[in-house]
Amino acid sequence: MTAMADTATLTRPAGPAAAAKPDAAVSVRGICKTYTDVEALRGIDLDIERGKLTTLLGPSGCGKTTLLKIIAGLIDQTSGEVLVNGRAVRGPGPERAFVFQDFALLPWATVMRNVAFGLELRGASKTEREEKARHYIAEVGLAGFEDKYPHELSGGMRQRVGLARALAVDADVLMLDEPFSAVDEQTRRKFQEDLIRLREVEKKTFLFVTHSIEEAVYVSDRIVLLSRRPGRISEIIEPKVDHRASPDEIRRDPHYLDTVESIWQGLRNYVE
Amino acid sequence: MTIAGWRVPMMASLLVWLVLWEIVGRTGAVFLIPPVTGIVEAGIRLVQTGTWQQATFDTLRSYGLGMALAIGIGVPLGVLMGRSKPADKLLGMWVNLFVSAPLSALVPVLMILFGIGEKTVVATVFLFAVWIIALDTRAGILHVPKSLEEMGRSYLASPVQLYGKIILWAALPEILAGIRLGLIRGVKGVVIGQLLVSILGYGALFELYSRSFDMEHFWAITFMLFAAAMLLSSIVEAFEKRIEYYAGAR
Repeated sequence: MTAMADTATLTRPAGPAAAAKPDAAVSVRGICKTYTDVEALRGIDLDIERGKLTTLLGPSGCGKTTLLKIIAGLIDQTSGEVLVNGRAVRGPGPERAFVFQDFALLPWATVMRNVAFGLELRGASKTEREEKARHYIAEVGLAGFEDKYPHELSGGMRQRVGLARALAVDADVLMLDEPFSAVDEQTRRKFQEDLIRLREVEKKTFLFVTHSIEEAVYVSDRIVLLSRRPGRISEIIEPKVDHRASPDEIRRDPHYLDTVESIWQGLRNYVE
Repeated sequence: MTIAGWRVPMMASLLVWLVLWEIVGRTGAVFLIPPVTGIVEAGIRLVQTGTWQQATFDTLRSYGLGMALAIGIGVPLGVLMGRSKPADKLLGMWVNLFVSAPLSALVPVLMILFGIGEKTVVATVFLFAVWIIALDTRAGILHVPKSLEEMGRSYLASPVQLYGKIILWAALPEILAGIRLGLIRGVKGVVIGQLLVSILGYGALFELYSRSFDMEHFWAITFMLFAAAMLLSSIVEAFEKRIEYYAGAR
């Protein structure tokens, strides 16, 4: 491995319990989660920087989705607390929006109504919410599909609807739970590129769960590696991928490839 | 279907049976089976009588009341069972028992409770229809994807919104299937109820015609009932088809 020297540019904080940053959008403090007899998460301490894209990465069953859903307020933690914008989380809130692995669209509603659904639940007027929804439908590249139903769309397009719905409620933190796992490989790549572009435009905090190392390195500012059950933070990596470069350049960049490789080396002892 | 290269139209088999019936009827061999033409004539005469109109009105009223009660109680009961484990454990046994029990045997008890009259017929319709509606609703509620509910919660749906905008809609295909089966069972209920009470609606007519061996009139109202039950079921089925596309897509 001649290109190994490049990994020196990676910054690796010493421990998982990084000091509290003043501009943390989400702070996770000593989160533990035990299902009836399975310990899923143990002592998670984590600050998620505002305006950055943070990825939770780990082997399957490491509790990364559980952690995301605890932050979303969909699952109760056993102990510890989650602060969003400095306030403790008690259930879901308007400052957080969720994108689901299986899209979770209303099959009986059009793209327009699905995207506007979060606003509909908040009691926004029809004209207001449709105007917003139309904007975000265009933003995710679905203009012209407003009156289609989910079953008329491909998997990738359905997830774009899910993403537009999350953007439309104008939350500070966007949480994506393996959003591309039910999407084919080509669509997935295009989607990742669009996600990077959206990040630049929207200036929101993204929290992303994936089991794909390449995906994590490609899209993230920061990667939180979780160990196998019970999930703990084993490492935090900042890939420092230059997103101004074209997607093809990034995917051939030795630094990108080495980061992927070094994460794989770190994870391989968890995989038999 | 084609026979010797000829396309046979859809209702042809029905026509064959009707012709066969007519022939048997014409021979007069079985007095229970009068010719079809005679039955149709009797039917046309019958429809014009005040007795028939009153009987139809009474029957529809009992049926409508009983079905409204069955849907109004069956759907919430099914939702409760689908959403709450303790309620399901507590009620499931009874609902499953009643859905397959020979409920006709209970009608005499209902007569003691509600008297010989419309109330008993309404109660019979209700008892025949409510259990299958509750069971199918429960199945529909259990089929609602967990992520749809999480979606509702994460986008801050109130409990009313969660049920009214997500859960009931997602369970609608099964709820409608239950209502369709309930409607058919309800027809059985109204006939059996009226027969046992035997002073009301079609029950009284059945009683009258079978006692006086007036087979033409007897068959005429039997056919009307069959047709009504099939019509009702196909109306709901057409409605089900319209929303079916999303049952598979959930």
